[in-house]
Amino acid sequence: MYSKGLIPLAVATVVAMGTAMALIFFYAPLDADQGFVQKIFYVHVPMAIVALCGFVAGGIMAIKHLRTGDRSWDLRSYVAIHLSIILGVGVLVTGAIWAKASWGHWWVWDEPVLVSFLVVFLLYCVYYPLRFAIEDPERQARYSSVFAIAAGAFVPLNFMAVRLAEAYTHPRVLSQTGGSLPGDMRLTFLVALAAMALLFVTLWKLELTAKHASLQLKKLRRRLDARVAA
Amino acid sequence: MPALPLDEAGKYVAGAYVVFLALIVVYVAIIAAKVARIDRELTRLAEEDE
Repeated sequence: MYSKGLIPLAVATVVAMGTAMALIFFYAPLDADQGFVQKIFYVHVPMAIVALCGFVAGGIMAIKHLRTGDRSWDLRSYVAIHLSIILGVGVLVTGAIWAKASWGHWWVWDEPVLVSFLVVFLLYCVYYPLRFAIEDPERQARYSSVFAIAAGAFVPLNFMAVRLAEAYTHPRVLSQTGGSLPGDMRLTFLVALAAMALLFVTLWKLELTAKHASLQLKKLRRRLDARVAA
Repeated sequence: MPALPLDEAGKYVAGAYVVFLALIVVYVAIIAAKVARIDRELTRLAEEDE
């Protein structure tokens, strides 16, 4: 069911990742200000964007679950959030490494972009205890969906709040008017972003396939046990 | 802060990319272990059914 198209998707992801790495290290010029350290940007920022989009996607899938009552949407939402949290760990760690190399500190508390991402990340860390504290599967799915929708709505609000505090934030590298990225850096960034998005979708499908197989196995075991008992 | 020299910056850049790679490898390994467990369980159930 979920494994359909997984192999071509995985191949496309490997090709896109390989292309992105080649562009990052052999095509994109060194940044005049930060030098080689700026290469972290090409993994850190796409990971952050994809993680935040994954949180929002989890919320949208949760809406589908509540509207249709189909529990497969809850599973999809759960896997999207789970993967986004994993990417979130990557964002925080690579961000800390970049901060140490650029600013001399692992973490800067008066940096709104950093702190706002941490707030979003910690908010979603609550999702696990909330979800797994409920034993009844129906209630678990419903409560998790409500959380996913509320938290998913918070993500763009949080993003906008950071943009409004522009004077205190990172220099903006992407905007509707072109931002401050030169063409070759922009191309590299967009390829890295596409590769990261593909990676997310591939891993999402992979985990969904594993979860679906596990559920099917449980059903099969129950059916066999019932047959043996009869 | 001035840009770090290449040899020093290289450690940070390598560190960031290794973190990213390690996350993906660990994640895929966990999923692969789950799939292997499902496969073993399916084989066992098939044998029981015969």
